[in-house]
Amino acid sequence: MDQEKELFGGPDTESIAEQALGEAEQAADSRALYEVKMKFLGRMGIVIALMKKMREIAPEERPAFGKRVNALRARLEQAFDKMEARIRAREMAARLAREQLDVTMPGRHGRAGALHPVTRVKNQLIDIFSGMGFEIYEGPEIESDYYNFTALNTPDDHPARDMQDTFYITDHILLRTQTSAGQIRVMEQKKPPIKILSPGRVFRSDDDATHSPMFHQMEGLVVDRGITLCDLKGMLDEFARTMFSATSKTRLRPSYFPFTEPSVEVDVSCASCGGKGCSLCKGTGWIEVLGAGMVNRRVLENCGIDPDVYTGFAFGMGIERIAMLKYGINNIKLLTENDTRFLEQFRD
Amino acid sequence: MIVPYSWLKQYVDIDIPAEQLQERLFSCGFEVEELTYLGKDVTNVVVGRILSVKKHPDADRLTVCSVDCGSYGVKQICTAATNVFAGALVPCALDGATVLHEGGIQKIKTGKLRGERSEGMFCSGEELGINDDFYQGAEVNGILILAEDTPVGADIRPVVGIDDWLFDIAVTANRPDCQCILGIAREAAAVLNKPLRMPALDYTAAKTDVVIPVEVRDSALCPRYMGHYIADVRICTSPQWLRRRLALCGLRSVSNIVDITNYVLLEMGQPMHAFDRNFLRGDRIVVRRAAAGERIVTLDKKEFTLTPENLLICDGERGVALAGIMGGLNSEIQPHTTEVFFEAAKFARDNVRRSSRALGQRSDSSARYEKGVDAYTTERALDRALHLVQELGCGTVTNYRADVCACDFTPKTIETSFSQLNGLLGVEVPREETCAILRRLLFTVQERGDALTVTVPLWREDVDGWPDLAEEVIRMYGYEHVGSTFLQNAAVTRGGLNGAQRQEARFKNVLVREGFSEACTYSFYAPAEFDLFRLPADAPERAAIPLRNPISENLSVMRTFLMPSMLANIVRNVRRGNAEGRLFEVANVYLAKALPLAELPEERKTLSLGLWGEGDFFDLKGAIEALAEAFSLRLTFARAERPYLHPGATAEIRLGERVVGCLGELHPAIAEELALERRVYLAELDYAALARRFAADITYHNPPKFESVRRDLAVVVEERVTCAEMEACIRRACKAVTGAELFDVYRNAAAIGAGKKSMAFRLTFTPDDKGPLTPEAVEKLFGKIVDALKKTVGAELR
Repeated sequence: MDQEKELFGGPDTESIAEQALGEAEQAADSRALYEVKMKFLGRMGIVIALMKKMREIAPEERPAFGKRVNALRARLEQAFDKMEARIRAREMAARLAREQLDVTMPGRHGRAGALHPVTRVKNQLIDIFSGMGFEIYEGPEIESDYYNFTALNTPDDHPARDMQDTFYITDHILLRTQTSAGQIRVMEQKKPPIKILSPGRVFRSDDDATHSPMFHQMEGLVVDRGITLCDLKGMLDEFARTMFSATSKTRLRPSYFPFTEPSVEVDVSCASCGGKGCSLCKGTGWIEVLGAGMVNRRVLENCGIDPDVYTGFAFGMGIERIAMLKYGINNIKLLTENDTRFLEQFRD
Repeated sequence: MIVPYSWLKQYVDIDIPAEQLQERLFSCGFEVEELTYLGKDVTNVVVGRILSVKKHPDADRLTVCSVDCGSYGVKQICTAATNVFAGALVPCALDGATVLHEGGIQKIKTGKLRGERSEGMFCSGEELGINDDFYQGAEVNGILILAEDTPVGADIRPVVGIDDWLFDIAVTANRPDCQCILGIAREAAAVLNKPLRMPALDYTAAKTDVVIPVEVRDSALCPRYMGHYIADVRICTSPQWLRRRLALCGLRSVSNIVDITNYVLLEMGQPMHAFDRNFLRGDRIVVRRAAAGERIVTLDKKEFTLTPENLLICDGERGVALAGIMGGLNSEIQPHTTEVFFEAAKFARDNVRRSSRALGQRSDSSARYEKGVDAYTTERALDRALHLVQELGCGTVTNYRADVCACDFTPKTIETSFSQLNGLLGVEVPREETCAILRRLLFTVQERGDALTVTVPLWREDVDGWPDLAEEVIRMYGYEHVGSTFLQNAAVTRGGLNGAQRQEARFKNVLVREGFSEACTYSFYAPAEFDLFRLPADAPERAAIPLRNPISENLSVMRTFLMPSMLANIVRNVRRGNAEGRLFEVANVYLAKALPLAELPEERKTLSLGLWGEGDFFDLKGAIEALAEAFSLRLTFARAERPYLHPGATAEIRLGERVVGCLGELHPAIAEELALERRVYLAELDYAALARRFAADITYHNPPKFESVRRDLAVVVEERVTCAEMEACIRRACKAVTGAELFDVYRNAAAIGAGKKSMAFRLTFTPDDKGPLTPEAVEKLFGKIVDALKKTVGAELR
């Protein structure tokens, strides 16, 4: 280079360019290209070294010299950029060709468990009725006969006590047979307006293909001024539409519970056949879902609520029954066997 | 309750098919659980007259008959029966007919019997599904020979009384008055708007000097006792119509007097009893509580030892009937009985129920009494029985009647108004409709403007307030008139879960995210579980509350801890081939303050966890830690022992100072006993105790200003040194340590010495907000930690 400078009074930019481009051509990958780029254009590179030589040459030659070096630098930069783009494209293509997944292989995720179907349905019922202004109350599962029967207008000699096979612990302490027991506890504490939903375990000494000695009920209670049977029907219609299907209808028919008067059984139109009649509804188009009625005056009196001022309604349903209807579960025993193949189907 | 259609029609002119009546009864509260056509399995069977009988040419035991079947023509029928003869009228099953055969249905076809054509079959009573009570002669060995006046060619069903429908009606517990044919007839008449024909109650009484005084010593248990004396009794069989009616309801005919008592029971719901007067010693009746140890043998020859809880009907000397349950063998009606004392009484339903349960003796009579019998009907039923005695000619009705009555027959009167009734229903039932309905149900109604005074029929003991009337009106008016409104008058209330309920839902969701599925098991189990769990005799878990009337020993005590149920779930799963799994249950355990229970026990919400197949102790512990993290609980774990857990793999869980649970591996001895090949891990925590300390909400801290620094620390310690001790030591030594996670444990006798282990922690140093941590500062802190570990647990830096 010294020689060149002496011969031509400036650097041989052409040969530097050739050398640089030649070396760059040899670069196998972007890393090697970067090395070449640094060798010529880096802070300590050849081209920068040339620039630094400006001070050593005669002032009149400096403009021309500078121009040539700058031209060299621009040329190299452009060439390197181009080459880099080419190499990167090649490398990307190679990487993509290399990284071929068998996308049909199974994915990985931590397996979550599932809530019990009874809990799912319970939560759904709570959702439906929370929106209508119901609070949730859970009473004791071991109850006195007063709360489970007597206060619910079912005195000792009442034949309705025979309707339910009760597990007794002592003469007056028993396993509650109905979540209605909670009604009294709520009404003793709270005055109207009352809207309470009471879910929980109940027990009957019944154990066969369709009965389980323990199951869950959900009791609803509304007490306020001017509550009517039509209000009960309206609320149950809403419940049926949300729980089963938008076209579900309800039907009331007379029944008997000691703690309601009038008492009704409530049927919901069969969601499986739409009411035309099928094996699920035994051809009737209707499925018995819950019991309900207007709160008996005596029950209100027992709780110190004036039945001439307030009326109310109550309804109670078996959560297992709703779950079985909703999911098509055909055997109540499945709900307490806790087979993981059963439970895990209820994953969210 | 069984109601034969033909019987019902005696009181109401019903002109609709049985299926329609079923719907109408359903609409007013009487669900027909089963509607059966009695003749459904007997089809194409007609009355035939045998014209000729000749021997079968190729079979000694067969005869070939020519039979005139009226409009069906003359048929040739081969039979093996020996009681047929020319001129006999017999049931003929024609080609294509069905009859009953050995519990099934047999189809009859024309065919050949040993070469002779046979175009049907003669039927026995059994093949028609009847006995002598339906048709006299039905029980003979051979073919049923019909009465001479039977029309040839007629369908056999009306002839033998099976052209009838049986309604099996579910009567609700508030309507004991409908536990009889007449009661259902009253409802049918009301719902169909037809007149009701009452059965005849009249009789002529002959004068008698006989006196059989009745003394009731406990009128609470026997509010009314009526008796009537019948003379000149002739015991014989009852007429066919009566026997058939009993048979339709599933009762066998016994004799005229006994049949009358049963008939009245079915017709009017009043249980009755007939004593042979000649066996009533001292010619009197005393109704009293039995003496302790007193004995009686009932009609079915069973002997009972009684207590004062049992009401006994006595003569002058001894018990002659268990009140309301069954008569005594000593005063039973005999074939030669000539004088009868009828009993019709009202006994307290709960006393009959308790006696019946306690003695294990039930009857149709006790079943009615348990439901409730009204004293008004008692008198009518007795009159009805006397009418039947006269109608059947089985004795002379006398004028001697005893009636000890503590009942008030003032009818109940209810003051109400149309607007009150309609107000409860939310339905505008027209006034005239309301009145008409109540009158059809035999209430007396007076209206004055909006006001209503309603008098309740004496047999309607269930009606005692205006809401009952509202129900009577709407069930007859029709529930289809009940529209849908949405709490038009009610105040708006705020609903939803409260804080604790929301936390519980979140708690379960954390477990679900950790891979646990929710189980639901019975609240009771077997006391044998305590033995399986190796609990010592004085273990508090054994103080379980026993059920007085469990379904079985296996479900006989209330749970004091949940683990046995969880283990049973796991065993069931493993036996079904579910090799691995994770389950949890949140449920109450029941803790008695003292046994036997004097007050309601504590119901403590408890969590149980089970894990088997895949995962180990630390997976289960991880789930508990996830809960602790989600609810900001500071749980600590310490080695502990439980008789049912592996002694080397059991931890007690503490929240502060309080032990709130434990976790561990199922004791290998129990696992072996249950043939569990893979390890099972169980945990149980006091949910209620945890829930009291749940963080109410998230506590926010600003992120640290300066970045944290991580350093790994590996030290060698004695085997006995625990991770928790080291972690506590590290945290005490340096406040800037915000994380100290064990990530490796290494044992190698040659490298680090026997009985020693290398423990590697990943330390996180977080600077305070004054400035970042320099490498030099970290080095200093690190040194402090190493020194502290050396001093406290003898750790050597590796």
